[in-house]
Order: sequence, then structure tokens, then C-alpha cells
Amino acid sequence: MNAPTTELLLTRRQHKDSALHRLLRNPLAVISAVIVLVIALLVVFADLFTSISPTATDLSNALQGPSLAHPLGTDEIGRDIWSRLLHGGRLTLAGAALVLAISLVVGGASGLLAGYFAGPIDTVSSWAASLMMALPALVVLLALRAVVGPSILIIMAVFGLLISPMIHQLVRSTVRDVAAEPFVEAAKVSGLSDARILGRHLLRAVRAPLIIQAMMVAGMAVGVQAALNFLGLGSGTVTWGGMLADSFALVYTAPQLMLWPALFLGLMTASLIVLGNALRDALDPRGAPPRVRGRRALLAEVHDTGHGGSLEEVGDEAFLDVRNLTVEYPDPHGGALAVVRGVSLSVREGEVVGLVGESGSGKSQIAFSIAGLLPEVARISGGSIRFRGQQLVGLSRRQARRVLTDGIAYVPQDPIPNLDPSFTIGFQLTEPLRVVRGFSRAAARERAIELLGAVRINDPEKVMRSYPHEISGGMAQRVLIAGALSMDPVLLIADEPTTALDVTVQAEVLDLLRSLQQTRGLAMLLVTHDLGVAADICDRVVVLHQGAVVEAGQIDEVYAAPRAEYTRGLLASTLAEADPREAYESPEGKVVRDA
Amino acid sequence: MFVYLAKRLGAGVVLLVATVSIVFVMLSLSGANVARTILGGNATEDQVQAKMAELGLDQPIPVQFQQWVLGALRGDLGTSYLTQQEVADAVMQRAGVTLSIVLISIVVSGLLAVVLGVTAAVKRGWVDRLLQVVAVFGTALPGFWVALVLITVFAVTLRWFPATGYVRPDQDLLGWASSLMLPVAAISIAGISGAAMQLRSAMIDLGHREYVRTLRSRAIPPRRLLLIHLLRNAAPAALTVLSLQFVGMLSGAVVVEEIFALPGIGRLAVSSTASGDIPMVMGVVTLMVTMVVIVNLLLDLANAWLNPKVKTR
Amino acid sequence: MRDIESRKEPLLEVHDLRVEFRGRAGRKRFTALERVSLDVRAGEAVGLVGESGSGKSTLGRAILGLVEPSSGSIRLGGREITNLRTRDRRALASELQVVFQDPYGSLNPGLRVGDILAEPLIASRDSAAQARAEVLDALERVHLPADAIDRYPHEFSGGQRQRVAIARAIIRRPRLIICDEALSALDLTTQSHIIDLLLELQAETGVAYLFISHDLSVVRRLCHRVAVLRRGEMVEFGEGAAVTSRPTDPYTQALLDAAPVPDPAVQRARRAARLDAA
Repeated sequence: MNAPTTELLLTRRQHKDSALHRLLRNPLAVISAVIVLVIALLVVFADLFTSISPTATDLSNALQGPSLAHPLGTDEIGRDIWSRLLHGGRLTLAGAALVLAISLVVGGASGLLAGYFAGPIDTVSSWAASLMMALPALVVLLALRAVVGPSILIIMAVFGLLISPMIHQLVRSTVRDVAAEPFVEAAKVSGLSDARILGRHLLRAVRAPLIIQAMMVAGMAVGVQAALNFLGLGSGTVTWGGMLADSFALVYTAPQLMLWPALFLGLMTASLIVLGNALRDALDPRGAPPRVRGRRALLAEVHDTGHGGSLEEVGDEAFLDVRNLTVEYPDPHGGALAVVRGVSLSVREGEVVGLVGESGSGKSQIAFSIAGLLPEVARISGGSIRFRGQQLVGLSRRQARRVLTDGIAYVPQDPIPNLDPSFTIGFQLTEPLRVVRGFSRAAARERAIELLGAVRINDPEKVMRSYPHEISGGMAQRVLIAGALSMDPVLLIADEPTTALDVTVQAEVLDLLRSLQQTRGLAMLLVTHDLGVAADICDRVVVLHQGAVVEAGQIDEVYAAPRAEYTRGLLASTLAEADPREAYESPEGKVVRDA
Repeated sequence: MFVYLAKRLGAGVVLLVATVSIVFVMLSLSGANVARTILGGNATEDQVQAKMAELGLDQPIPVQFQQWVLGALRGDLGTSYLTQQEVADAVMQRAGVTLSIVLISIVVSGLLAVVLGVTAAVKRGWVDRLLQVVAVFGTALPGFWVALVLITVFAVTLRWFPATGYVRPDQDLLGWASSLMLPVAAISIAGISGAAMQLRSAMIDLGHREYVRTLRSRAIPPRRLLLIHLLRNAAPAALTVLSLQFVGMLSGAVVVEEIFALPGIGRLAVSSTASGDIPMVMGVVTLMVTMVVIVNLLLDLANAWLNPKVKTR
Repeated sequence: MRDIESRKEPLLEVHDLRVEFRGRAGRKRFTALERVSLDVRAGEAVGLVGESGSGKSTLGRAILGLVEPSSGSIRLGGREITNLRTRDRRALASELQVVFQDPYGSLNPGLRVGDILAEPLIASRDSAAQARAEVLDALERVHLPADAIDRYPHEFSGGQRQRVAIARAIIRRPRLIICDEALSALDLTTQSHIIDLLLELQAETGVAYLFISHDLSVVRRLCHRVAVLRRGEMVEFGEGAAVTSRPTDPYTQALLDAAPVPDPAVQRARRAARLDAA
């Protein structure tokens, strides 16, 4: 009875942000859409644009140039090229439309069902799809001609079937990815039927990639249709492919005959693809991915980096000394966004300093800046980083690599993605030893096993032979710590080294880091969002907020008597000492809910 | 790993059997058409019946199929209805031409795709933008269209290469290379741009992986990162592209052989399907699908070797 | 009537539950949950704690009908809901809802917040005007501005997105919400705001929570009772204050000791104790 509520809510659209608007802003999209549209109109309403029959021959007027009577001239037996071009597109476009319809229906439906329901539907249809994709389509179509005779539409229908695996695989994999998203599970819990979920969430996700693929299929279909006609599979009607075949026979005497059919064919197929790409970008509400501007644009507009704490408390004995560091990323409007704003901090020899902050505080960016691991788009736009007296800002990549081999090592956050899945642990541990430090194979191996022992791995030989997917997260983090130690560092930059681990494993890894730090006299800069982790391992702590230092000091002092408002708030929101929930009270007497 | 390869081999055999049987049944259903095509339009019904009996087309399809399979297993694919030539001989004679076109194309496009895709991913900027534009047109424009343009430019206008004809390598190696130049270019252009784009996006995607940052922190030189770690991780995806390209190039070869008048199986496919020469069509299909199955198996083998999750299974 | 019933027996009752995952070809079966029994009373918050692989999320998913139990029973409001038919399971949406961990993945990026919130109402067949009123009401209850209705999820911060997810869960006024690591992806300060919101909603509506988390301190603040899972089996279930400060089970104690607290002195003492034990 009632209309579906969601669709009604959907009607309140902001106009400036509609997909159509985004499409119209893209000049390539507009040009290609116009070309597709104009050619389609010319072909469909061919009789309005020419009154000459495409098959009328006039041998006395063969191979004429353009004239009023024949706007594009005549061919070798005096037929009007313009008329042949318009009429010849009909079968070509009809065939392409047929291919598109069949492949979308067959491939789309099977892909949707296979991706969503998985199980036997998926197994069977994926099998069939991969078998069909292994068939050389043109050979099958040629064999088909022997059966059905020169009926190009039947042949195109079969081609639609043969090409449907392209659509099937795309839809299936997109749907599979989306179906695993929590929002699909939330929809199930919300009581939506499978059909609703397919229509509402999955079709929507499939739409954009499907459109570009459909344009691609349409383009291919136009090409294949023309190719088949070129090979003489048509039934005598005029087609672009047939025109090309006719003119090809005269390629040495009248090469100009190939121009027009080739041009129409090329324009049509290329425009379809360009339009598909543009449509995909337009349908994404986040728009096309922001383009990374060149360095010049970055320099042109640098935001004020004036403020930000510069609490200096360590003098010249500083081992690592960061002053007024500012790091910028390009923003989508072509300007620059400072994620680290004038940060100063220092680490003494053998000291553990915690870099504490919430997401967006810029703590990881500081760590990356020091280790020389900022992504290419980021830029250090101000300040200095001195490590044992050497300036690290402004070093070339090659020089920066030397600094890395000379004392700074890095331990990442999430261990498994930080190991190369295609190589054994042994390869990854020995590689820097061999390549960077010139160890022999045997010496590198011996050293790697020794390092695995140092991070308390019991069966180093076995771990050396394993691939990353075969070991646990805790084990992987030990391997990464061993990898960092292989550089014989004096300063360890650890970026949330325990965040991805379970608490019991976290405690072990923290103990390991602490004991390595003590036995080797390592200095350590530990990035963490966890005040407990910082309390566990750090001597000093630097608190960051929105890219600037708000407070720094000895850990006991900062935790006991935070000076900054922000630090006080942060410490207050930890739950470790919060009151437990008061005892349960049965809801008797209370209004539980309006049933 | 052996389970995986056995499965893939099984899939290949199923593909071969399924295709061959479907094509055979389809062709046999059109037996009357075939006889009529051979005899020409003026043949009487009796003549058609007689011809069908002569060719064995009057027998039940399962019987025909059984005979064909038993023959095929012995390497006997029957005789051509038209030329009375042994199908196996005819097909094998021509296989060399097609294989050389397709294999050269796949090697050329594979190598160029790696070079272009990696360059675009690393350098970005104008190289990247140019590749993207070329890729759009490369994948969009039909191979035979490209072939025609190439002929017009390089054979007709510039006269650098012959437009048509085939020179056997044992007669004149240079002439052979020259006769294959344009056909290979016509088939490869679509392949290169498609594969290069795939590789480009795989490399860009992989470049953002966390392990790359960690490897950089171990001072691994960029060149090594690229050539050992990124390429190795992109390889399985590239192999998949390659296997699809091989199939596409077989189709492309059909058209290109026709245009350049090369004596390959593609041309045989066109002429035998036009004339309804069932044994010849079957021979062509069998050979083509067998080639696909063999190439896919080789690629599966490479994938099993490259992908630790398959290798250690 | 239902209220009288619910006083007699718990709102949710899980009894002797076992969940097994079939391994893929060539792999062993994997038992995710075994002999797990648990109950949640009306208006109560029960915490479910464990490390990765403990089966805590599997239990939540089994209750939601997203995985199929091999044996055992799950009862909601006195009614058996194990292996419900699809249609009956859909009807359950008015009583049982969910908030997931990932505030990015749990909202469809292509839909406006208004449409996301209206989703549970589709099955309830409200009229459009009613639906809009309900959506606005839900936004208000999670303290989001009314104009959020026309915006897309990517325009919101993580904490705000989680508020949207909570609004979607409460819009049908369910009796039980499963919160699956609902705070884990959030910053500390955001976490405490969302905890306050959950407490406030519980006081207002009497909704019960089954709160799945790896973080004992969060559960301690939010939950009346706490269950601890380890490798698919329940090792402890009792009053929240007791379990999270004086656990009887050694594993729970180990979890408690391993979780670092923001007090350098305490951590130093713990480290010393750990080293002594080793």
C-alpha cells in the first residue's frame, strides 16, 4: 500500500552535486556523448538525412569526389557513400545492442546471484564462465556460420552469450566484495529481503563498474560485428564492415574509400569507451579521485605554519633533534594541508620517548619524516631533523638510504601486511643484509637465525622457510623487529608496534622491545594512541594534538600532573580507573518500552 | 600444488571435450545444409540425400561423433569434403603460421606491456597520461580496423612492408620477419595497451602496500624494490591477463590472416566454415582449443610457482 | 503482556551453543564455539570479552542469524530463534539489531544518511512521512543534527558515523542490540562519548546490549555482567565489577594483567612481576 519509504527520502537531492552535473563538467565526456548520440541519430533516422538509396549504382559516376548530390562522393560502382554509411550503421548498431542486452542480462544476473549466494550457483557459473572465456570467440562464431548460414543477428546473439563471462566475472567479484561489507549484514539484520538487498546495496555498487564494462562490450561488439561483416559473414545488406571489405579490395587504387567507414567505426567504438570511463567517475558520489598536483602547486600556496608548541627541554646532547617540523599534503583544491605544524621534540641516546596522540594528530607523519618514509605526495615544508648532528631534511633519496643503514630502523604497525607475501621470511630477513650490507649468503643466513633467536622465536629454521601467510600476527611482529635489528640501529622508530595485536601478545612484544632496548642501549621513538602502552615503556612522552605538540615531559610528571588541558582530557577519558557499571536493576516498575 | 595443477588439467580437458562435442553436434544438425552447400543450389533432394549418405551424415549423431572421436584419438581427423585432403595434415601445415603470429605477438606485447606499464606507474606524469589515452583507443579499436590503417600507412603509402602474402622462414628469414611485421603489430596494439594498463594499476596499487614502506626502511634500493618485489607480486595478475590475451589473439589472428592473406588456420577457418567443410571446421576448432588448453596449463604452472599460497597448499 | 513474560525469563538465552565451520576442501573443520551458555536480561548490558579467535564475534553473529549454529539453542523473549526460516528471521528486525565495529564499512558509502536510517523501516512498512519523522527522531536521540539526513557517510567523522550506525539500530526500538566491537575503531575521547550515548539510550528505552569487545576496561564501564571467552569456550561469566577486577579464572586474570593502564608506576610493578614469573 505505502510506497517504499526510502525512495521518497531519496528525492531530496542537491542539484549541484548530481551525477549528470559532474558528467557535464567533463569535456571529454560531453564530446564522446555527443559523438555517440549524433552517430546513433544519423543511423536510426537515416532516411531523413539522405534520399538516395544505399544500393543504387551509377557506373558513370563511380569514384567521384564530394559534391552537392553526393556529400561524401561515390564508391567504385557509383553508390552514394553518405547514404551507405548511414544505412550501413543500422545492422552494426542493432547487432551491438543485441550483444549488449544479452551479455548484460545473462552475465549480470548470473554474476549477481553467484556473488551474493555463493555456494553451488557460484561454483557452477564460475566454471562455465571460465570455460567460455577460454574459447576463441571468432572461431566459434565462424563455426556457427556453417550451421545457421549468414544470419548476422543470430551470430551476434551467440557472441553476446560468449562475451557474457566478462560481465559475469566483474559483477560477481564486485558483489562478493560488497556482500562481505558490514552494511550488507546490517541490512539483513534490518529485515530486508534478499531481493531488496540485491537491488538496494549490490546493484548500486555494481552500477558504476558495470557501465564502463558495458560501454567496453558495446565497443567490442561494434568491432566484432564489423569484423564479421568484413569476413563476409553478412547477408548482403550494407554494413560498415562490408564497406571496409569492399574498399579494402581497392586499397591500392582508391584508398580514400576506406576513410569514412573506418572513421565512423573508430569514432563510435572509441567514444563508447571514453564515455564509459567518464560515467564511472560521475556516478561515484566522492567524484573522481583527487588528482595529485605537481610540486609547483604545493609550493605556490603554503599555509601559515607559525603556531604549534616548541617546547625545548633537551639541550645539545640530543641524539635526535626535531625542530619546527612541518609536513604538508596536497589537498583536493590544489592547496596544501599541514598535518604536522611546527613540531619540536628530541630523543637522547638510549631513551624511550612516546609520541602520543589520537588519530589525525600527525604522530605517524612525524615518525615517517624521521625515518625518511613519507609518501611521495607529502612534503616537509619547514623545520629540521638532526640525527647525531646530521641534517636529515632535504637529503636526496640516496643519501636518506645511507642514513637508514647507519642507525635508524623502523617497526611498523600491522605486522602481516608489512611482510611481502611472495617471499619467505628467510629471504626478507637476509635481503637487506646481502644487498645493503654486503653479507655473503651463508653469513646473512646465520645472522638472520641469530636475530630470530634474539626476538625469542623458538624454531628459527622453520620460520625462515615460512611465508608470511603461514605465521601468526605476534610472530610476524617479532620477525619485523628482527628485521629492524638487522640494520644494527641506534634509534628505533616504532609506529604503533602493538596496536594490531591481542593484549597478551602485546605485553610480550612490549617486554621484548624493552629488553632489546636495554641490552642494546637503543633509543626509541614509540608512536602510540594508547596511554597505557606509553606508560609501560616510555621514559618521556610528547603529547600531540592536530599536528602540534601540546605537552612534553617525563612520563611520571605528565601522567601525574598534566599541564595542558588536552592532556588532562585525554587522561580523564581513559577507562582503566573508571567506575564499573552499577549493579543491574530489573526494569520492574519502569516503563521498559512502548510495546 | 599437485591438486591445483590436476584440477587445472581437468578443467582443460573438460573445455576441450565440451567445445568439441558442442561444435560437432551443431555442425551435424546442419548436415542437409552442408550437402546442399557442397552440391550447389541446383541439386535435387535425391542428390542431397545421396551426398549425405556418402559423407556419413545420415547416421545418428552419436555414431558419427563416436567415429570422429575414435579417429581423433588416433590422430586421424578425417578428410576434407572439398579437397579430399587429410584434415590433420592441412591443419598442422598451417598451424605454424598462426602460432608464429600469435606467439610473437604475445611475447612482443608482453614485453612492451611490462616496460610501458612499469614506466607509467613509476614516472606518472605525461608518460602515464599518454599511455592512458593510447590504451583507450588501443582497446576500443577493432584489430582489423588497426590492420587496415597499418596497411594504408606502411604498405600503401610508405611501402615499407608488404601488404599481403607470407614468406616461409626457411626460404628468406628477413622476408619472413617483414611479412609478419604488420600482422603482429595489428594484433599486438590492443594487447599491449590493455596489459600495460593492468600492470600499471597493479604496480601503483602494490606501491602503496605497507610492506613496500618497510622494505624501504631497510634501505633496499628502489630499483630492486621495483624489479624484485613489485614485479614479482604483480606477476600472477599479469599471467591472468596474458592467458586472456592469448585467446583474444587467436581470434585476432583469424581476421588478420584473412586481411594479410597469410596461410594460417584462421584463414582455413574462414574458408571451411563458408563452404560447410565439417571435418575441416572440426579440425580447426580442435587445434585452436588444444592450443588454448596447453597455453593456459603453462600459465597455471607459472602461477603455481609464483604464488606461495598455491605453492604451499 | 510481553513485559510480564520478560520478567519471568531472560530476554536472551543462549544454551549449550556450538558453532562449527566447515573447512574448505582439504582443510579441517574448525570449532568456533563450544558449550557456550549465556543470558541477557531485559534492559541489561552484558559484555563478551576475548582475544582474536575466541569466538566472541561468532556468538554475536549466531544470535543475529548470520552464522548457523551446529547445535544448541538461542531464545529471544522466550521464543526459539535458532535456525529460523528467512521470513521469521526478517520479522525479528524489530526486536534485535546490531552495531558493527567498522564505522566505514557498516554504512553504504553510496547512500545518504536518511536512507541508511530508513532501512530498518522498509520492512515495517511505514509511510514516507512517518519514516521521515522516525529518522529525524533517531538522529536527535543520537545527537546528530537534522540536516545529516541529506548527507553521505564520508562527510562524517568516525565517531559521527558510529552515531549513525547506532541510530539505525535503535530506530525500530529493539529490545536487544548486539554491539560487535562497536568502539574499537574510535579514539579514546570519542569512545567515552559513545559509551555515554549508549548508557543514555539504555536509560531512556530500556534496550539491552550484548557488548562484544576485546577491551576489558570498556566492558567494565558499560556492562552489568561480563562473560570471558577463550578459544570458543566460556571461561568465566559473572558480575562486571567482579570479573573485571577480581576474576576467578586465571585466563581472565592474565588478560587483565596484560592490558596496560595509563599509570607508569603500576606498569613498572607489573613488568617486574612478569619478569619474576618468567
